[in-house]
Amino acid sequence: MPDTTTTSAVSSAATAVLPGRAAAPGTDRDRTVRIALIVLGLSAAAAAPFVLYPVFVMKVLCFALFACAFNLLIGYAGLLSFGHAAFFGGAAYVTAHAAKVWGLDPALSILLGTGFAGLLGLVFGALAIRRQGIYFAMITLALSQMIFFLALQMPFTGGEDGIQGVPRGMLFGVIDLNRPLAMYYFVLAVFLAGFVLIWRTVHSPFGQVLKAIRENEARAVSLGYRTERYKLLAFVLSAALAGMAGGTKALVFQLASLTDVTWQMSGEVVLMTLLGGMGTLLGPVVGAAFVVMLGNYLAATSLPVPVVIGAIFVVCVLVFRRGIVGELAHRLRSRPSRDR
Amino acid sequence: MPDAAMLEIVDLHAFYGESHVLHGIGLEVRQGEVVTLLGRNGAGKTTTLRAVMGIVGKRTGSIRLRGTELIGMAQHRVARLGIGYVPEERGIFSSLSVDENLTLPPVVKPGGMTLAQIHELFPNLAGRGSTQGTRLSGGEQQMLAVARILRTGADLILLDEPTEGLAPVIIEQIGRAVRALKRRGFTILMVEQNFRFAATIADRHYVMEEGHVVDMIPNDRLAENTGKLHAYLGV
Amino acid sequence: MVTLFGIPAQALFGQLLLGLINGSFYALLSLGLAVIFGMLNVINFAHGAFYMVGAFTAWLMLQHLGIGYWPALLLAPLVVGLLGIVLEKTMLSRLYKLDHLYGLLLTFGVALMLEGGFRHWFGVSGMPYPIPAELRGGQNLGFMFLPNYRGWVVIASLVVCLGTWYAIERTRLGAYLRAATENPVLVQAFGINVPVMVTATYGFGVALAGLAGVLAAPIYQVNPLMGSNLIVIVFAVVVIGGMGSILGAIVTGLGLGLLEGLTKVVYPEASSIVVFVIMAIVLLIKPAGLFGRER
Repeated sequence: MPDTTTTSAVSSAATAVLPGRAAAPGTDRDRTVRIALIVLGLSAAAAAPFVLYPVFVMKVLCFALFACAFNLLIGYAGLLSFGHAAFFGGAAYVTAHAAKVWGLDPALSILLGTGFAGLLGLVFGALAIRRQGIYFAMITLALSQMIFFLALQMPFTGGEDGIQGVPRGMLFGVIDLNRPLAMYYFVLAVFLAGFVLIWRTVHSPFGQVLKAIRENEARAVSLGYRTERYKLLAFVLSAALAGMAGGTKALVFQLASLTDVTWQMSGEVVLMTLLGGMGTLLGPVVGAAFVVMLGNYLAATSLPVPVVIGAIFVVCVLVFRRGIVGELAHRLRSRPSRDR
Repeated sequence: MPDAAMLEIVDLHAFYGESHVLHGIGLEVRQGEVVTLLGRNGAGKTTTLRAVMGIVGKRTGSIRLRGTELIGMAQHRVARLGIGYVPEERGIFSSLSVDENLTLPPVVKPGGMTLAQIHELFPNLAGRGSTQGTRLSGGEQQMLAVARILRTGADLILLDEPTEGLAPVIIEQIGRAVRALKRRGFTILMVEQNFRFAATIADRHYVMEEGHVVDMIPNDRLAENTGKLHAYLGV
Repeated sequence: MVTLFGIPAQALFGQLLLGLINGSFYALLSLGLAVIFGMLNVINFAHGAFYMVGAFTAWLMLQHLGIGYWPALLLAPLVVGLLGIVLEKTMLSRLYKLDHLYGLLLTFGVALMLEGGFRHWFGVSGMPYPIPAELRGGQNLGFMFLPNYRGWVVIASLVVCLGTWYAIERTRLGAYLRAATENPVLVQAFGINVPVMVTATYGFGVALAGLAGVLAAPIYQVNPLMGSNLIVIVFAVVVIGGMGSILGAIVTGLGLGLLEGLTKVVYPEASSIVVFVIMAIVLLIKPAGLFGRER
């Protein structure tokens, strides 16, 4: 059962970083345990391609980064973007085009995709933050639908076919990414870079201000913070990282297609985050792994995928709003508090 | 039967979420009486009225209207027993005209006042029917808030700070209206900060402090209790 | 051939008519969204799916029960409304005390389930629904040919929209609705059963979507995905118009439909994104929407 191994690898990583979320200063023992768990998680990730299909793990990593990027907005700034597919899929097109037509280095191609997504995020964000809450969600959704139509109609995106046969290329001119292991460690490196950036952001003073805005925007304004700027910056960062995930995915599958810019894709990343746990660092990773695995499993059955995904959505919203990691963290946290 | 308790509250606790606001209060209002709840801000007066209407988080204890227990009853059925509620800040709807505001609360019992009688009691409201509700002055909005429940046939009226923020002339007018209602046989439980206003109308006063009823003073014994009352109210 | 601004008049009016029809559906759908949002504070993502279910109900009734267009015009919205009532009672009503975003997420899940389910059973190819015999043929208006059914759709939508506006703004029941939108607690304290009103409002709102679905069935083919792209455009319409005003929703819907039709003639490539571009412009100039007030 290869699937179980991934889950345990991912969830061991989950427990590794979770205690870090608690603001309370950890004891030396906590610290040792945490470092041990991080090492364990990293070794599990390093060993994963020997136990599982590398493409499967890479898919998980790409979606995990996508979901982490999305979670930066919903979980830490309280902004529900329903249009993140535009950044993910848009960057995939740009990366694919750069690698295939321009023949650029894979890292540079991904960087271009990331930059494109960041710019797009700047435009979308500037428009969407003019409204709040539910309107914010509708605006991001509508704007991303515009990208969908553009992708459908513009000549360079290949319409319904997408951009196929994207070469993975030679990383920095020396590492051949057509070798599965090389590609895997490259994707892992991209994921870790994105993840660490998000982790640092969340724990930075900037992250604290975001959380303050999420809790009570009016109060943050009265404290003198220009909340619009913080929200916009968070939006751009989230969009760029979603783009990094999308660009990487285009290289992994050697394909950029319409699927990645649909609003259903935007919904899927919401589900990954909700299911794993909004506002937890590792929730989106767990949620992404779960949803990707579920997709693989359902593909082999006759069950209609959207119905199952929709049903999970409904169940999560009704009875499981903390998500998997959020629920675990809640249980771990509430135990000692009962002794007080 | 002027002595029968119309509204009887026993050991009432009320909560908003986690916060415990009323701590076992007890009071009664007899048929035809005007009773006020006095006390400082945050003493639990408004919460007492809201608890009767069922619009607090959680309640325990007993609230009986003519023997019928209100705790546990569906919120919309409370008014149907004949209770009219005039909330603090008046609760006039801005998306409704004056007439729509006036006729919004459904008739719950026969014997309510007709529109003509209401306009006689509050002449300011006559001829303003199509005005947007919140375009009225504060005093007129207060009159409208009282007027709209007189139509319904409710015979117990819960009045939350009818004089708040109003000019003395208007307070005078509201006072006349409340006395007229008393003469018509309405029973009134009223929250009031304005103690001098209360003294001109009420039969009895309950004093509340931090979620408890700490005293009851009949209006005719007010003079001898003035000092005590000033201490309670901190005036 | 007669031309206007260098465009064949026939083509121009044909596209404008199509735009007007699309606009009628935008109006019906955004009206329902606005009514639901006012009362429940929920953005009903399943609105497009209910539109599709309305069309399918009519189609299924015709195929399997031999029930024709005219009864379906009444029965299908009823079925959709009942479905909505069940959804509100069993699920949505548990979410009112939480962040409004959860309502959006829940109805998103429901939309996926409905669309996925119908797609699973009926495939993605469209099923034709015949135009009722009474409305076949058309009128030659001189400058253009007007198919009777299309004229009927525009008129029927307008009548339903204006009827809804009248019911909300001018009747006693509408006064209850407006008051409960403003201050549900007080309306409840006056002895009105607000939870029942909330349920009925949701049922009515989605029934409007179901009605739009039946009206659409003979024009577009009946297809499980017919609502999924429409709902996103309707969201943009709602952002443009703002949800504060019923009349605003109707006017915005019709106007944007017409504009879309016009774009199809002038610059067809942009017709699928013109609504989104307008939304971006409105957000820059008047963030609360053309008829909106911030809430």
